[in-house]
Amino acid sequence: MTEATTARPAFERAALLAWLQRYGVYAAVVALVLFNAAFTPNFLAVGNFRTQFVQVAPIVVVSLGMALVIGTEGIDLSVGSVMALSASMIALYLGYGAWPAMLMAILAGAVAGAVGGTLVAVVGVQPIVATLALLVGIRGLANVLLPQLKEIRNPTLTALGSESALGVPLVVLVALALTLVVLFVVRKSTFGRQVVAVGGNRIAAELAGLPVRRILLLVYVVSGVLAAVAGILASSRLQASDPTSLGLFMELSAITAVVVGGTSLTGGRVRVLGTVMGALLMQLLQATLIKHNLPQSWTQMAQAVIILAAVYAARERR
Amino acid sequence: MTLTTVPPETEAARERAGRLFRQHGALIVLGVLLVVGSLTFDSFATVANFGNIATSSSFLAIIAIGMTFVIISGGIDLSVGSIFVLSGVLAAYGSQYGFLVALALPLAVSGLFGLAQGLIIARTGMAPFIVTLAGLLGARGLMLAISDEGAATYLVRDPLFAKLGQGSVLNTGYPVLVAAVLLVAAMVLLQRTGFGQNVYAIGGGEDAAGFMGVPVARTKVAVYLMSGLLAGLAGALNAARLSSGVTILGIGLELDVIAAVVIGGTLLTGGSGALGGTIAGALLLGVIQNLINQVGDLNASFQQVVSGLFLALVVIAHRFLGGARRIE
Repeated sequence: MTEATTARPAFERAALLAWLQRYGVYAAVVALVLFNAAFTPNFLAVGNFRTQFVQVAPIVVVSLGMALVIGTEGIDLSVGSVMALSASMIALYLGYGAWPAMLMAILAGAVAGAVGGTLVAVVGVQPIVATLALLVGIRGLANVLLPQLKEIRNPTLTALGSESALGVPLVVLVALALTLVVLFVVRKSTFGRQVVAVGGNRIAAELAGLPVRRILLLVYVVSGVLAAVAGILASSRLQASDPTSLGLFMELSAITAVVVGGTSLTGGRVRVLGTVMGALLMQLLQATLIKHNLPQSWTQMAQAVIILAAVYAARERR
Repeated sequence: MTLTTVPPETEAARERAGRLFRQHGALIVLGVLLVVGSLTFDSFATVANFGNIATSSSFLAIIAIGMTFVIISGGIDLSVGSIFVLSGVLAAYGSQYGFLVALALPLAVSGLFGLAQGLIIARTGMAPFIVTLAGLLGARGLMLAISDEGAATYLVRDPLFAKLGQGSVLNTGYPVLVAAVLLVAAMVLLQRTGFGQNVYAIGGGEDAAGFMGVPVARTKVAVYLMSGLLAGLAGALNAARLSSGVTILGIGLELDVIAAVVIGGTLLTGGSGALGGTIAGALLLGVIQNLINQVGDLNASFQQVVSGLFLALVVIAHRFLGGARRIE
């Protein structure tokens, strides 16, 4: 949007805000990395980098789905509970082997997403309520299916959480691959364009003949599947299925990553790489504060400030 | 779809049924559950058990009163769970300085949180969802900071303050009485004052309300201030009841509160809803939990499944009975 160039000072301010909104998250990540490189001992060690990326991988995977949902002007509060459900399914079906167990977990995520998507797209319930009902219900279901934490002893699954290929942890590779897939879908595929169109103006999309309901439904299914994958990744790292606490607050982390990454809550735009950067920023922030002996409480307060700043910057653009 | 036109009288009847369900659905289901529960379990329909349900529901109900105002105004407040815990810790901490500090400290801080959120929402036009999400994180961070990262638990030192949470008259706990008084006051405020009219008007259409001369910004600030204060009061009362500021409470509480309000028939799109339904919704959640506890061998997490299913059924019913406005 470079048409508005009438008043020069106003333009400069708008341009600065626009730049901040587009690249602020990248700048913040770079600044944090530089700060840590200068002031944090051992930050640049390979082991530390690995730890950071491994920890952020499940959040990135969930956030990718969330970015698509928010792109349609929706929201998915159920992702953390779907991660827990995924963990339960793994524990339940591990007897049949690692692959069937993972397949069942992903299937459960798809079904959960389809239920949410049906409520939103077909019944017409507001996304926040529909997925709130799922958040409550699915967490309970996960707990009913698996009342307590269960250790994972399967070699394939534990390898997924602990092994590397070409020096990159498998968990990170999965997150990276999914990022590329979603990036391709958003930028190059018809479906990606449809998602953005529905989020930008649903009525116009309907009038243009787009299958709006099917698109919405599919977006929630994708979000559910990605949350289930994140559940698999997190469980394989923990070497345990933990339906009680796995994915708690994940919806908040994911929404934060998406919003800080420059995707507008009002829909019509999806920033995939920004979302990944948003997740990285929050992870780095937490790591930085911990490494400098500042407590967890500071992280949350700093997160709050960053969210407000990011959304404020985005607001000026409308 | 063989019928292309619906007779107007059918449409009107459906509309009426929808409105009836939306306004009184929670109450009807509550009544049914009470009857079924009484017939099924001997230990359910006792004065002591009803007292338990009322007391444990009262905290949720107090917060839900504020949330009803927020949602009717077209907003949402995700920060109430964090403010509830923060206030509980502050109340317990303050109780070493006496009754007044124990009550005033949490109310001052929770009021400030509500005020700040209201000002940001009203002045910048940022989405309430995101502003109160930041409030959720901020209040949790502050709570962790003053409780030594959640490790320190403050005990309530003031016996008079503890009584506020534990005492009762005629088998009715003080928190229940507080909730009842607040409910009556809030009903008057919402239904009988200009302020209440303004809240409905803003939720119905903010721009139109502004053109009609409704003080939009001021009303919004007041609504979020109220929600913060009520969450703070509930947190303080809960600390008094437990005799300590427990740091692990309140996670996901905002969702229970929103569920109570929605089950009570208030539309999340704003502009419509009532406090009577909210209270019925809060009690309904309390009764469901109690009934599940009565079935001894059922997993406690079963309550979440039932609550979630219930919420889903209620919103679907709202849509199909035509109670909700169609957005398309």
